[in-house]
Amino acid sequence: MKLKEIAAVLNANISCGADKLDEEVEMGYSSDLMSDVLTLDTDNLVLLTGMVNLQAIRTAEMADIRAIVFVRNKKANQPMLDLAKENGMCILESPYSLFKSSGLLFQAGLKPIY
Amino acid sequence: MEGVWGRLFILKLIFSIQGGDFTHAGHPSSEVKKVLKQLDIDGKTIKNIVIALYEAEVNVVAHAWRGTVDVEIDESKITILVSDEGPGIPDIEQAMQAGFSTASKQVREMGFGAGMGLPNMKKNTDELYIESEVGKGTTVKMVNNFS
Repeated sequence: MKLKEIAAVLNANISCGADKLDEEVEMGYSSDLMSDVLTLDTDNLVLLTGMVNLQAIRTAEMADIRAIVFVRNKKANQPMLDLAKENGMCILESPYSLFKSSGLLFQAGLKPIY
Repeated sequence: MEGVWGRLFILKLIFSIQGGDFTHAGHPSSEVKKVLKQLDIDGKTIKNIVIALYEAEVNVVAHAWRGTVDVEIDESKITILVSDEGPGIPDIEQAMQAGFSTASKQVREMGFGAGMGLPNMKKNTDELYIESEVGKGTTVKMVNNFS
């Protein structure tokens, strides 16, 4: 699934990485627990989370995750966006809940990791 | 790579960590990642290393007062020493069990403290050694070989 399709499905605002929207991701993972994200072996995935802080970006950086969707209408602050930009990430912000966002993407064909 | 001249290079990096400072947690891991990329180490190995280091950093920030990260890279491996001044770990075997956590509410609110840190460091390293003295601090040594 292209990131721009994900953005469209989730009615999401693109706050960083508008130039990455043609990139493909195969799988999605939803978690507010960064400890769990750090245990994943997969990397070509989009992370859906309501954990909106600098460590969410850091976690994605270490786990080679290139795209994050912040759900529940939460907004990334400037230091987060700066770090995301430095790492070439795409940041989306969706007004939907984590459950709804995950459900819509699953329905649209995004695969789960497990 | 190791020929008659022995080691081709040794690269050393040193960082300091402040307990409680979640804003800067991950900076050492980020810098190490950049260096390993420049050295053309394969992506999977880099990911293992930086995830283990990041977990170690978060542990220091979450539990200790201050710490240091000493990194030594040569052509065959990376050795990382994370030493902290902190409360120490009374029972290392127990701390290694998945799900065991003594993290504060504040740490959990940051998305960590699920008791996965040490097991995940073990999973992502070729060698992991932990030494700890209650009331003084903890030293973690991690080695990853380059394939």
